[in-house]
Amino acid sequence: MGIIVSLGAVLAIMVVAWIGGSISGLQPIFGVLVPYAAFAVFLVGFCRKVVDWAKSPVPFRIPTTAGQEVSLPWIKSAKLDNPSTTAGVIGRMFLEVFCFRSLFRNTRADLRSGYLYYSPSKWLWLFAIGFHYAFLIIALRHLRLFVHPIPGFVETLDAVDGMFQIGIPPIYLTDLLFVGAVTALLCRRLFLSKVRFISLPADYFPLFLLLGIGITGLLMRFVFRVDIVSVKQLANGLASLHPTVPDNIGSIFFVHVALVSTLFAYFPFSKLMHMGGVFMSPTRNLANTNRMERHENPWWTPPKFHTYAEYEDMYRDLMKEAGLPLERE
Amino acid sequence: MYDTGKVITGLVIFVGIFTFAFWYTTGTAAPRPEPKLDTPEIQKMAKKQCIEDTQFMITTHMQLLNKLRDQALRDGNRWYVNSKGEKVWISLQNTCLKCHSNKKDFCDKCHNYAGVDPYCWDCHIDPNRSEL
Ligand code: HEC
Ligand code: HEC
Ligand code: HEC
Repeated sequence: MGIIVSLGAVLAIMVVAWIGGSISGLQPIFGVLVPYAAFAVFLVGFCRKVVDWAKSPVPFRIPTTAGQEVSLPWIKSAKLDNPSTTAGVIGRMFLEVFCFRSLFRNTRADLRSGYLYYSPSKWLWLFAIGFHYAFLIIALRHLRLFVHPIPGFVETLDAVDGMFQIGIPPIYLTDLLFVGAVTALLCRRLFLSKVRFISLPADYFPLFLLLGIGITGLLMRFVFRVDIVSVKQLANGLASLHPTVPDNIGSIFFVHVALVSTLFAYFPFSKLMHMGGVFMSPTRNLANTNRMERHENPWWTPPKFHTYAEYEDMYRDLMKEAGLPLERE
Repeated sequence: MYDTGKVITGLVIFVGIFTFAFWYTTGTAAPRPEPKLDTPEIQKMAKKQCIEDTQFMITTHMQLLNKLRDQALRDGNRWYVNSKGEKVWISLQNTCLKCHSNKKDFCDKCHNYAGVDPYCWDCHIDPNRSEL
């Protein structure tokens, strides 16, 4: 059900953009208005979400402790998995953000001839990191269409990415990696019953969206060629805030743009916010100093105490009258 | 908000990276390249036409070149019959660059704008280059 809903949503966006993109009067909407609006939603939504998270107090250190805490000098501590210093936290965060270390530690449990075995499982890590780096490089390569003069690093990435010079225009390695990894991540949800059981439309939708973006991009490059000069004119116009919509861009381009715009607009409201979330996770970005330092609750105010002496002062007469024993006459 | 300094710094970096294209462009779009068609060979033509339909050439010339190259070198057939039924001798240097003898003002103009650097010129040369 979730699969059909999310696939249907992506296909619906594609059909609308295909029709809209082929009507030249609507092209400014699909080529300028929608991308600008989506990008604004992305920036504002992202910042709001992060600020919202930053408003939640974290009175106590709650890092995931995946190793020995610092204790007696002769007990070896896990400096990265249970960091007690800022340097350790930076190291942990670096590996988390750039190497996806938590995913790398993934294990699987299975029964083999009656025994429960835990073994490392790296597939999820492999596809995830392949996808993320491919996406990063593809996004950076797209700068050639947005800015002019084109920065050197973009040209270098382009050349390295197409270094095997297979076909003309050359196949980019990251394109293959991107589509392959997204397909693998999708198949994981579709065919592994355990994962499928916990998958929601919010899990399928981004995958179909990314796959749609990748496929329309590849189609534009290799099958339904579009006029790249006009595409650059549009993209460069967007970036310079003087948008123009040249004619003769194939409508498949507007499908691609609509899917990317959807990704941007959807981003702040979805699980994709893990991009900001990874930096905001108290289970990762805090040093485990619970036993070394006193961590005071930020909203802690000293309570008003009412001592027994004060109580007695208050009710002295009544207590005397009732014949109760008093500590102080 | 807690850790305001750190969170704001992070958000400023985030916005800075994602708006790179905006501030790098500084509000001026590069002019669209106009490939020049005023070569002597093209001026001699009665009907100014490329070997295929113009829109097709603009979008798909690289795939056509690849196809022609394979046809010439793998199948050994150096005559391309275009969609109008005319025979064209397949040659990058002697056909394309005969009419488009202004590589600098034609091919390179678009390619610099679009950020492509066809590797063809590692081996092929522009026969109209002044040093030749
Ligand atoms: C017979 C001369 C001739 C030959 C040979 C020729 N062209 Fe052209 N080409 C032209 C003319 C004339 C135009 C302009 C057509 C127009 O404006 O409608 C043109 C237009 C083009 C355009 C579109 C430029 C633009 O933006 O309007 C491209 C790209 C192009 N040619 C590439 C090639 C390539 C690649 C080859 C070799 C396979 C080639 N041409 C061979 C004459 C030629
Ligand atoms: C109308 C502008 C224009 C003109 C004129 C033009 N090209 Fe291109 N050419 C492009 C664009 C844009 C690309 C990149 C397409 C892409 O990135 O998918 C390209 C790509 C190529 C490629 C593939 C290279 C690669 O790395 O993708 C070759 C080969 C090529 N052009 C040859 C030529 C030759 C030879 C001429 C001159 C006879 C020429 N082109 C004239 C716009 C043009
Ligand atoms: C490694 C060197 C090399 C590179 C790079 C190269 N070529 Fe060639 N090309 C050759 C050689 C050698 C021939 C054969 C010449 C002959 O037999 O006439 C040839 C022949 C051709 C021919 C047919 C014959 C002719 O006279 O043009 C075409 C078309 C062609 N190349 C297009 C291209 C294009 C387009 C590119 C860039 C995408 C390219 N080549 C890159 C070496 C190269």
